[in-house]
This record gives sequence, structure tokens and C-alpha cells, in this order.
Amino acid sequence: MKLNDAVWGALLLLLGAVVLVHVQSFPKIPGQQVGPALFPGIVAAGLAVCGGLLVLKGLAARRAVGNADAGWVVFAPWVRERHYVLAFLLTIGVNVFYILAVNRLGFILVGTIYLAVLFWIFGVARKWIVPAAIVVTLGIHYAFYKLLKVPLPWGVLQGVAW
Amino acid sequence: MGAWEQAFVLVFQPYNIMVMVAASLYGLFVGAIPGLTATMATALLVPVTFFMPPIPAIAAIVTATAMAIFSGDIPGCLMRMPGTPASAAYTDEAYAMTRKGQAELALGAGLVFSAIGGLFGTLVLVVAAPSLAEFALKFSSFEYFWLVLLGLTCAVFMTSDRPLKGFVSLLIGLLIACVGLSNPAAFPRFTFGNTEMMGGLGMIPLMIGMFAVSEIIRYAVDTNPPLRITDKPLGNVFAGMWGLATKYPKQILRGSVLGTLVGALPGAGADIASWMSYAVSKKFSKEPEKFGTGHVEGIVESGAANNSALAGAWIPALVFGIPGDSITAIVIGVLYMKNMNPGPSLFTNNPENIYAVYLLFIIANLIMIPLGWWCIKVSKQILKVPRNVLMPVIMLFCVVGSFAINNTAFDVTVMLIAGVAAYVLEENGFPVAPAILGVVLGGMLEENFVSSVIKADGGFLAFFTRPVAGTLAALTLAVWFLPLFLRRLRALAGA
Repeated sequence: MKLNDAVWGALLLLLGAVVLVHVQSFPKIPGQQVGPALFPGIVAAGLAVCGGLLVLKGLAARRAVGNADAGWVVFAPWVRERHYVLAFLLTIGVNVFYILAVNRLGFILVGTIYLAVLFWIFGVARKWIVPAAIVVTLGIHYAFYKLLKVPLPWGVLQGVAW
Repeated sequence: MGAWEQAFVLVFQPYNIMVMVAASLYGLFVGAIPGLTATMATALLVPVTFFMPPIPAIAAIVTATAMAIFSGDIPGCLMRMPGTPASAAYTDEAYAMTRKGQAELALGAGLVFSAIGGLFGTLVLVVAAPSLAEFALKFSSFEYFWLVLLGLTCAVFMTSDRPLKGFVSLLIGLLIACVGLSNPAAFPRFTFGNTEMMGGLGMIPLMIGMFAVSEIIRYAVDTNPPLRITDKPLGNVFAGMWGLATKYPKQILRGSVLGTLVGALPGAGADIASWMSYAVSKKFSKEPEKFGTGHVEGIVESGAANNSALAGAWIPALVFGIPGDSITAIVIGVLYMKNMNPGPSLFTNNPENIYAVYLLFIIANLIMIPLGWWCIKVSKQILKVPRNVLMPVIMLFCVVGSFAINNTAFDVTVMLIAGVAAYVLEENGFPVAPAILGVVLGGMLEENFVSSVIKADGGFLAFFTRPVAGTLAALTLAVWFLPLFLRRLRALAGA
């Protein structure tokens, strides 16, 4: 999805303004002219200026006749195909699922589901999806939990932890 | 025992050699798979290097990146799809050579002149870095402030044809660097009351997100049909290399010099070095009309350039802590984790570590030749590895790797958001490299800025009065305003 530069500019202008207002609440260091607000303040001002320039550029691009960037929003070709939209959503969704569920269900279960979903949407042969997901999850678990001593959570499998 | 002897002992330990061989195979594989980049290889290595002593950790990164930049040439040549962005400049040329039945010549040139370029870049690193470090010992906060600003400026102007968007990207990076307690007053900025954000956003999850997760999202929505591998058999890749070396010595030298320089400039790395070198090669060639039709000259020159850029990028990274490209941006994070903080004192306090880095570069570029030769032999098998299996596995690896740094699920969230943000920004023409540099250098820029302001006590002239600081300031301002000034001049001349 491509947004017109003017939309980006407006968003950046807003971000810059919010940060500028927010840094006013930062404490001052007594007896010094520089505090924690100065640097982010300068960065935010820079963002606002760039945002303003992008608004001007975007509007100019819209006025130019026959410009491909003229629309407010231009969708990439994949947005029109259900398969790719689903692939996009699942690619992000499995990560959200991982973050929310890993402590409760444990790495091995969540990892297996994570991989199986992605294998399925990317078109891996059906009979291989579950075996491959289990083998790879166990492999990653072994490498990180046993060899590198990363405390991956066991979750519901705590009772059979090895 | 002298520092050099110590360096030899560090490098030639069996464990370290084993790490280098494993990292080579990993780098060759990642580079050869289209859609997996050398930067991504580095980001994915970090969680593993986290558990290694310093020298093997650096060894893994040096070897893996050198191999990946070479093996990126392979799918370019056989499938017309660059394995890494650094090979994109001459992919069409290499594929045209394959269609003429000269695939082995194109691959051989990529391999041999990559190694030569890499060795040249290493030579410059060995010669230039210590003298720069000695010079840098005298730097105060004023010099560092301008140096960082100059670096960030270069990053914006080098990585994008649209400096405005590059600038936005940089500012977003600087804003991310502000998160947390590390500021002059140790006041929690932009933490939203979240204690996990007090220490700032983790650099490694950010990088894994921006360079690996974003690529996987791009793969998920890639509507292009799968590419076909050429079925022509490959002959001896080393045949004719001596002939090329004696025919194009000037091109090899020019590519190596340009590559090292571009690598050393902050923000621009192997991919830009390769594009620039290819263009230079064509411009100064005696037979420019042959470029694009399967002519090896440009491959020789830019193949040398992209590998020399890798070593060049380490010069500012080791001496000043300013990364020369996105790979060294990650390396700096690793150096800090290993208590090898970059800066001139690294050269005086622990010279054996620096010497070891030199040795690692030399070895990596030498073993590239036999391992690369073998990789070309088995390349058709590598290219048949199903990407629909590989990509999910890599993403789960990203998740576990992000978690492993601090053992917190919060870092996985950071990784995911960074990945989606990087994908959206790149789709909209915002380059990602300046943002990474902003994140890496934000703390350093603020610290030197604030201490300079306090030292100057309100008098801003102090920023310009020290000779080196003044020169750096003039250079920075020149990069900012020269393009505007020239455009103005041209407009006046035209009118």
C-alpha cells in the first residue's frame, strides 16, 4: 500500500507536534540550559519540517497530470488477491499469536502451530506440513534450549519437560 | 608474548577455525538464496554469537558476510535474480553471459575478484585504521559531534535518491534512540510507564525485524512466478582468470579503491559500491557498447568493489564507532556486548583484538576461493531448496533469536513492529539504512552534543574554533548545502 507523500507528511507533522508538546513536560536540570528535552525536541522539530515539505511535494505530485503517484492511496497488486492478503495477515498474525500464547502454551506447541500455519499458506505439500513443523520446532528448541541455554517457556508441557 | 603472537593464537584456535568454516557455509547458503541478504545473515547470527567469546563472534560475522556477498552472484548468473542487493548491479550482465554459454567465466570472475577486492579492502583497513585511531585520540566532544553528524549526513545523501525521505528515516531512528533512561538527566523518555522500555529498545530485535522479518513479509506478498534455473552444465570456473587479471588490472584496482571508500562512508555499503563501480567501469571502458550484452569487464570491477566495501566499512566502525554500512551497524552492537567498545582506545588497550580482526579478514577472503568453488559446484542443489519451507523456519528463528538476547517476549514485539514498519516504509520509498544509523548513533550524537553545549557555555562559536572540529563542520555543511547551491547556480546560468 502506497500512501501519497502528503499523507505521510501530515502524519509526520502530527508526530513531530505531539513529541514537541510531550517533551515540554520533561524536567529541567537546575543551572543548565540543556536538559533531556532538548535533543528529542530538535528531532521532533526536524520531523515536523520534513513533514511539511512532504505535504507540499505530495500536493504538487497530485496536481501534475498523468502522474502515477497522483492518488491518495495506491494499492500494490497483491492487495487484490485473497491468497496474498491472507498470507500477509497470517505472517504477522502468527507472531502476535506467539507473543500472546508462548508463556501459557509453551514454545513447542506454539512453535509447531506457528510453522504449520505458515507452511500451509506458503503451499508446502499437505502431508509434510505437520511432520515438518514438529521436527523443525524440536530442532530449534534443542539448539536454543539445550545448547545455548535460552529459557524457552514450557507452558502446559512443564510436566514432561526434558 | 607480543600482540601479533596473541592475535595468531586467538585466531588459530580449533574452536575459532570451526566457527569460521561453519559461518562460511552459512554465509554462502544465505547469500545464494534470493531474498536473504548479507545484512540479514548478520542479524540472524547475533543471537548465536551472543554465546561465543569475542573473537569467534567477530569471526563468524566477518566470514559469513564475505561469503554471502560473493555467493549473491550465483543466482544472479543462473536465474537472473540477485542473491543479495550487492549483486544487483551486474545481474543482467552475468545472466547475459550465461546465455552466451559463459556462466563459468562470470562466476569465476565474481569469485576470484571478490577475494582480491576483499583483500585490498583489508589492506586499507590494516594501514588506515591505526593511524586514524592515533589521530582520533585527540578528539573531544566537538569533533565527535561533527563526525557523527557528518556520518549521518552521508548516510542520508548516499542511500537515497530522495534525500528528504532519507532524512525522515534518519530522524525516526534518532527518535527511537531517545527511548529510555540513557540521557543527560537519566529521565525516562517515551517509556509510557513501561519498565521494559527503560533500558531503551533493544538494538538486536530492531535489526532482526528491519532486515529479516521485513524480507519475509515481502516474500509472503510476492506475486512473481518462481524463477527457472538455467540447465546448462558449468565448466571450470578458474579457467581464464589469469587472463582477466592481466587484461583488467586497472579495473580491479579502481573497483577495489572505490569500493573501500564507499564502504568507509557511513551508511553506504556493498550494494551502492557495486552500482557505482559498474557505472564507472562502463564510463571509462574502451568498449562501453559491449556492456549489457554479456561482457565481463563490469563484473570484474564491481565484483571487486562490493567485497572491498565490506572491509572498508569496518574502518569508521572500529575507530570511531560509526558504522560504514548496515552490517557494521550490527557489528557495533556486538562489539559493545563483548566489551570491545569501538573507539581509538581499542587500538591502544587491546591491540591483539584488532590484529585478530585483520587476520580474520585475510583468512575469510582466502578460504573464500576453495569454498566458493565448491559452492558453485553444488549451487543448483542450493537453489532448489524450497523457499516456502525456508522462510517460515527463518522467521521462527528470528523470534527465538530476539527472545534470546534478554529472555523477554517484549523483544519479540519490538522485532515484529520493526519488521512491519520497515516493510511499510520501504514500500513507500523511505530507505531503511538511515533509520538504523540513527538508532545506533543517536545516543552518541546526543551525548557529544550536550557535553559540547555545556562546555561552550552558550557560545556556539566553540563548535567551530578547534581546527579539526571546524574542518568537519565545514564538510558537513558543504554536504548539506552544496547540492542546493549548485542547483541555484545552474538555474542562474541557464537563465
